[in-house]
Amino acid sequence: MTDRTYQRLDPQQAAERVKASINLRKRKETRFLWLGKTAVAIALGFLVLLFAGILSKGIPGLFQYYVTLDVRLDARQLDPSGQMTVESLAGGDFDGAILTSLYEALGNPEGRKEKREARRLISSGSSQRLMNYVLDNPEQLESMVSIQFAVDDDVDTFLRGLISRETPEADRRISDQLIGYIDALEAEGRISYEISDYLFFGSASRDAEMAGIRGALVGSILTLLVCIVIAFPLGVATAVYLEEMAPKNRLTEIIEININNLAAVPSVVFGIMGLAIFIVAFGMPRSIPLVGGIVLALMTLPTIIISSRAAIRAVPPSIRDAALGVGASKMQTIMHHVLPLAMPGMLTGTIIGMAQALGETAPLLMIGMVAFIVDVPGGVTDPGTVLPVQIFMWADFAERMFVQKTSAAIIVLLAFLISMNAAAILLRKKLERRW
Amino acid sequence: MVQNTNQVEGRAVPEKTLGEIQVDNPRMSARNVNVFYGEKQAIDNISLDIGMSQVISFIGPSGCGKSTFLRCLNRMNDTIDICKVDGEIKIDHQNIYDPAIDVVSLRARVGMVFQKPNPFPKSIFDNIAYGPRIHGLAASKVELDQIVESSLQRAGLWEEVKDRLDQPGTGLSGGQQQRLCIARAIAVSPEVILMDEPCSALDPIATAKVEELIHELREQYTIVIVTHSMQQAARISDRTAYFHLGKLVEVGDTKQVFTNPRHELTQDYITGRFG
Amino acid sequence: MSFTNLMLTVLVISALYFIAGQRVARALRSNNAGKLHSLPHYHGVWAAVTSALPALFVLLTILIGKDLLFQFWARDYFPEDVMNGDTVDRAIALAKVSNVINGISFGEVEPWVQAAGDAWIRWDANAIVVANSLVLAVSLVGGLLGYRRINLAFRSRNYVERILTWMLIGSSLVAILTTIGIVLSVLFESIRFFKLIPPQDFLFGLEWNPQFEGAERAGSGGGTATYGMVPMFVGTFLISAIALTVAIPIGLFSAIYLAEYATPRIRGIVKPLLEILAGVPTVVYGFFAALTVAPFVKSVGESMGLEVASESALAAGLVMGVMIIPFISSLSDDVINAVPQSLRDAAYGLGSTRSEAVRQVVLPAALPGIVAAVILAVSRAVGETMIVVMAAGLAANLSFNPLDAVTTVTSQIVTILVGDQEFESAKTLSAFALALMLIITTLALNYFALQIVKKYREQYD
Repeated sequence: MTDRTYQRLDPQQAAERVKASINLRKRKETRFLWLGKTAVAIALGFLVLLFAGILSKGIPGLFQYYVTLDVRLDARQLDPSGQMTVESLAGGDFDGAILTSLYEALGNPEGRKEKREARRLISSGSSQRLMNYVLDNPEQLESMVSIQFAVDDDVDTFLRGLISRETPEADRRISDQLIGYIDALEAEGRISYEISDYLFFGSASRDAEMAGIRGALVGSILTLLVCIVIAFPLGVATAVYLEEMAPKNRLTEIIEININNLAAVPSVVFGIMGLAIFIVAFGMPRSIPLVGGIVLALMTLPTIIISSRAAIRAVPPSIRDAALGVGASKMQTIMHHVLPLAMPGMLTGTIIGMAQALGETAPLLMIGMVAFIVDVPGGVTDPGTVLPVQIFMWADFAERMFVQKTSAAIIVLLAFLISMNAAAILLRKKLERRW
Repeated sequence: MVQNTNQVEGRAVPEKTLGEIQVDNPRMSARNVNVFYGEKQAIDNISLDIGMSQVISFIGPSGCGKSTFLRCLNRMNDTIDICKVDGEIKIDHQNIYDPAIDVVSLRARVGMVFQKPNPFPKSIFDNIAYGPRIHGLAASKVELDQIVESSLQRAGLWEEVKDRLDQPGTGLSGGQQQRLCIARAIAVSPEVILMDEPCSALDPIATAKVEELIHELREQYTIVIVTHSMQQAARISDRTAYFHLGKLVEVGDTKQVFTNPRHELTQDYITGRFG
Repeated sequence: MSFTNLMLTVLVISALYFIAGQRVARALRSNNAGKLHSLPHYHGVWAAVTSALPALFVLLTILIGKDLLFQFWARDYFPEDVMNGDTVDRAIALAKVSNVINGISFGEVEPWVQAAGDAWIRWDANAIVVANSLVLAVSLVGGLLGYRRINLAFRSRNYVERILTWMLIGSSLVAILTTIGIVLSVLFESIRFFKLIPPQDFLFGLEWNPQFEGAERAGSGGGTATYGMVPMFVGTFLISAIALTVAIPIGLFSAIYLAEYATPRIRGIVKPLLEILAGVPTVVYGFFAALTVAPFVKSVGESMGLEVASESALAAGLVMGVMIIPFISSLSDDVINAVPQSLRDAAYGLGSTRSEAVRQVVLPAALPGIVAAVILAVSRAVGETMIVVMAAGLAANLSFNPLDAVTTVTSQIVTILVGDQEFESAKTLSAFALALMLIITTLALNYFALQIVKKYREQYD
């Protein structure tokens, strides 16, 4: 023990020193708080920027320009053999009928060059559109009808004001002649800006004005169906086993470690596994929703298992005791009491897992769902693509109109995701009300 | 709530506190203090003086508001969003709830020791040095060392820890941790030390040591202690205040309160009829 | 009958056995004085399961087994030179045969291919007949055996529950099987890759140049293919580092603000908003990065007189950072909230300001958890694919300059494996070796994070 005794710092003296320090500390406090607020503001700013960017491009992408033409539906020209079937209509000259009415609307231009420019006005999918119209309305044959045809994507881009008239003719994708025609049609009120039916009902196309998400949407739904059919029972069964039955042994431990590891594996690796196992080893075809669904199911399994386990754990033990107390077997207790009570929580986890699967792209690229497929898949073994992959592919195309279509597709995807998450939140609210 | 349960076993809680709420030489004085947690009133119109260099203990059944009142004295209730305090509490004729008063310097003057020992997960030295460092009390490293050493000595911990000042404070025993927390509070040179059931988590031997420490500290500090142990209150305090359902029922010299309580509720409590 | 119909038939048979089993059990109960051990529907389920389970198992075995068997048999038709060639030749031969089977023809078909294809079609027809008879027989007989065991004392519930338990265990094993599947699929191809390219060249090689492979094989010269993974890992870590530089301060300070300063109301609004950032699909971030951020970075850089690649690491890293913000903020928020209130009380009781309590008490106490969160975020950044595929370049520059175009492990994997691949080329196989390195990296990061969290939990338990 030392004999030193220290003078106690006098409280008065201490209070003075505290006072001396206080201004600096207050400034530091303000600065720190300001840092926190700035961080939140920046993060929210990014969110706003992201959504503003997508909405500002995507909302115009939901619309496109159409030109209204009066077409004479001449039976001999359109259906030479007169059977009114898809095959017989294939022999008809729909292009001719449309061009005739187009030239008429433009005041019958003469000369090859003029006609060529006029032809560039409308989408190359117009004859198909007219054919479908005739198939749907056979009674209107031999009459004059007004039909809206999509304008070509370059014309569309011009109408949106993204191509300037001031740009020298050689540097822009549409000629002065064509601009003249567009002005003429606009003056006649033939050009209209409407919700794009191609976007929602069209399938994949290299022509921006005709490209649509229908095939991808159906593909996404099929893929998710496969995914949920596999992942939900497996996930719930695993959760039930691990929470209610598993003995504390090596095997259980290994299963738990594996689930945690799977949750950490990058999604692209699941795609590689799908490629190596299902496509190369099992010889399943590429690009099909079945394989995509399986891969996504394995990927979302950890999410579903973890949330299902939490839901089961939240069921009070007293309920199990009550059931076991009246002589129910372990399995009956689980089936009749634990599962029904845990179900909302499990469904919440499953919906969140499905939302994750719906937005996933990389693993599906690996199993070939990136192929260019025009047909809408009719089943889980038909080749198809999914919405995020469609977005990825469109993002690669150079045409300006594709930027808007891509953003529009992103809006559709986000709308699905938001409604799924909203459903999960509602479900969770319901669950809270119960206990 | 308070209105409905004013009756306990047929005995009414008095509207006015019995005994002497005033002292000749007050360090702090509270007048008409009310505390609300949201809608719920936790403290109902309490007035009380806390004398200079005295130990005053707050006793009463659980939920009677004694800890809440204690935490009003250095505005620790500020950290709870829904807590509202009105009335006035003065230290040296200054209302501590005055907007001009800085809560930081108030807490430097009115230190606090908590129910559960809560050393920082830092070394013993850093635990003690924390307060002096943030408040800029030590002008030099030497001075800081001196503050740490004298605080530990005053807390009776120096001999036990002087060779391991760089080891974590969480590695000490419970009693040592609580004395470390007291040393940490002393290091800031406060005028008042608030203690919220400082011994409730300790074993009897550690409790005895802490009580001994409080006994020694009373010469230089004003100590307010909340306790569940009536023996402890009787042993260490000069004055005792009995709280019941958010009200201060009676206050007086410890000896008088324990031997000749003025109110039946106090009588019932100290004889162990409820609590 | 096709396999789908066969499966449906099996299910119908098992449904019939369910009805039969339940009825006989009910009859037993009403006829005589004895007490039925299990409820009638358990007997029904028992009969149904004994009918369906073995039959479906046989069906599955045939489905998976037949193609493997036929592939083996088809080799008898292969000419000498194919059999003596390497695995590539045999794979090509099999592909030709499968074209014949599917009726796809590209010009002249060699006679042995035609013969093998015809034989395969014959075998397939036989397989269907065998499968039909075998599966139906197993389902009928199995069901009958189960059905005949039903009597008063028969403990069908116990058996049914045992089967159910085994099914639950089986489901749990899927997690293990998936892991094994991932490891094996990547490992085998990687081993094949390392037979072609020595591991040290791959691990320490400073140059990545697989696109010369075709030229090399054709003998036209023009350089050799090199497979050094260092540039890609440097690119991955460069982009991850940029992402973390953005995400750590913003995420951490947001978490501190939300946990220590914000009122419950603000917290209730801001937290879900931040989580939206985590729910946005990565392809959307990729689109945003490529379309908006990259040109912006380029124009800003060029206005300052810097040379910026149009697919700079900076743009991809920035966007990836935004994606990771909610990851860091919500994990940090959790660990900050896990710091005991008593420590905050101690700090406030000594007269700390809020920021002093946060910086000197709360953050040091939460540090292990925050470090774990950051490690998990790194793991996520390393494994992130779509942003880098869409916004980072493909040029494997070994560069630490954020304004250069760099490539990453994941974007190379995608580039190599998307579309048609030759499964025998070193280029394709290199993707698997890269994937192996990616898995090792992310699992190691995950392991460290978990260890830190474990230690941290012990501290407060």
